[in-house]
Amino acid sequence: MIKESLHVSKKSKRHRVLPGYGLSMGYTVVYLSLIILLPLAVLFLKATTLSFSDFWRTVTDARVVASYKLTLSTSLVAALVNVVFGTLIAWVLVRYDFWGKRLADALVDLPFALPTAIAGIALTTLYAPNGWIGKYFDAMGIKVAYTPLGIMIALTFIGLPFVVRSVQPVLQDLDTQYEEAAATLGANSVQIFLKIIFPAIFPAIITGFALAFARALGEYGSVVFISGNMPMKTEITPLLIITKLEQFNYGGAAAIAAVMLLFSFILLFLINFWQWKTSNKQQHV
Amino acid sequence: MKKKLWMTIVSITLLLWVAGCSNQTVSNKTESNKSVKSEVELLNVSYDPTREFYQQFNKSFAAHWEKQTGQKVTIKQSHGGSGAQSRAVIDGLEADVVTLALAYDIDAIAKTGKISADWQKRLDNNSSPYTSTIVFLVRKGNPKGIKDWDDLVKKGVSVITPNPKTSGGARWNFLAAWGYALKKYNGDEQKAKEFVTKLYKNVPVLDSGARGSTTTFTEKGIGDVLIAWENEAYLALNQLGKDKFEIVNPSISILAEPPVAVVDQVAKKHGTEKVAKAYLDYLYSPEGQEIAAKNYYRPRDKQVAEKYLSQFPNIQLFTIDDQFGGWTKAQKTFFADGGVFDQIYKPQ
Repeated sequence: MIKESLHVSKKSKRHRVLPGYGLSMGYTVVYLSLIILLPLAVLFLKATTLSFSDFWRTVTDARVVASYKLTLSTSLVAALVNVVFGTLIAWVLVRYDFWGKRLADALVDLPFALPTAIAGIALTTLYAPNGWIGKYFDAMGIKVAYTPLGIMIALTFIGLPFVVRSVQPVLQDLDTQYEEAAATLGANSVQIFLKIIFPAIFPAIITGFALAFARALGEYGSVVFISGNMPMKTEITPLLIITKLEQFNYGGAAAIAAVMLLFSFILLFLINFWQWKTSNKQQHV
Repeated sequence: MKKKLWMTIVSITLLLWVAGCSNQTVSNKTESNKSVKSEVELLNVSYDPTREFYQQFNKSFAAHWEKQTGQKVTIKQSHGGSGAQSRAVIDGLEADVVTLALAYDIDAIAKTGKISADWQKRLDNNSSPYTSTIVFLVRKGNPKGIKDWDDLVKKGVSVITPNPKTSGGARWNFLAAWGYALKKYNGDEQKAKEFVTKLYKNVPVLDSGARGSTTTFTEKGIGDVLIAWENEAYLALNQLGKDKFEIVNPSISILAEPPVAVVDQVAKKHGTEKVAKAYLDYLYSPEGQEIAAKNYYRPRDKQVAEKYLSQFPNIQLFTIDDQFGGWTKAQKTFFADGGVFDQIYKPQ
């Protein structure tokens, strides 16, 4: 078995399916450098135009710290909500046939295609105290728009496709014979879900969670309309970056952006590590 | 063999495409240089609410210029938040002229050397051909009985205004309130600060831009009063219904002076210095003033102003230079990080 795979990999070095390894690798490196690495390098370079004490004062200002807390917590909650409902949607789309399934499937992608500002305005209109949904909440004494709850709804909206689209293909590939076998052996449906299905889709769920979370951290367009932008209360970090830019304070903006980037790097690294561990464990089982 | 051929074709196409792009810009440049005599193009980088105004103005200027010199002029417009537009010009957007909301935003461009430092003295009236002021928009019948700034700090009155940190227009609002308080308390800065702090405690939502605030007030039905530019208030009134809102003029307000300037470096490069200057001068002409007045900007020209007297009620107006010593100083005191606006929202 091992020998065979070695043989295959040796062979594939000579006869690759796609041609031009050198050229395509060259393109990859150039493209990644131009599109991702260089802009990030410039960002850090801009941040270094500040002295360290200025940098530190900027990124630890009480208002900025309040915005980190708000941005991180609302993004986290939104990603968790999406994990639950995104997985459910993926399940329904894969396992059941119903009228309008294709349409529902297409709807999932809309948050990707829609300009986020439009989404923000639409959500605000719905959830404002006199909006279609907002007025019922208002009657119960719950304010949605212009509170952290509103921010969370906007972030849930933009993050949904990530979870659904990560979990869906894995569920699709999951062979139902394992479930049938488990059922024959006397497992009940809860056991089947917990022991068979969930472990298989768990890495995909983590991926979806990571993507939705990372996307929410940087979201600006859809949130500025629904958040109300009250300092210390509903001010997200990207908004503070914009306010720095409005004062032509490029260094300060870059400093906060660098901190945000650091947060996402750490989080994505941790999540990737976690995912790597769980998928490793699975392979060993 | 076939595969290699494919790769070569793809590579060559890509190369040609890249080369084609750079060629195009070169040929464009030579073209515009050659055709200075028969045709010319201007880019006016402006801020958000002037879109309709400049559409009309550009038509009028193009006709005027062609009649005078025989040269055809096409004017392109770019609109956005004043600060963002200013940054775009600083970062290389090739505007021949800028027409922004605050002198501070043009000063920022001047710092890069693209505009000469004395720009504000080159045209009459601080280089601002039309003015505006800050007024209140209230719901029909004025249920909370709002008449002046004092009513905005009362308990239970909800005030809508955008965030001065992100919106140029909002800075005028802030300074208008501050100026009123200074007059009321005979120049006592501390009392003025208390007054404005009270006012901002009545603000439930700080939108990032002036249009956003207008939407919050008119569409979402939030707030009892919207602090707005006079021209924005009229636009809202005309578009959303006089049966729903009315304008209240405060006793004292600020003279908002949106400035204009030729971007020297760019105009020189494009060879458009003459036409760019004429474009701005035309804003001061009776025709230009008339178009401004029709778009609810207060004209500087006395004769035109008289004609539109009923549209622009008399409000006691103070200028930013007299009251605050110019934009650079006001920006630093009030809106820079750690400034008065930030202090208002400091956690207790």
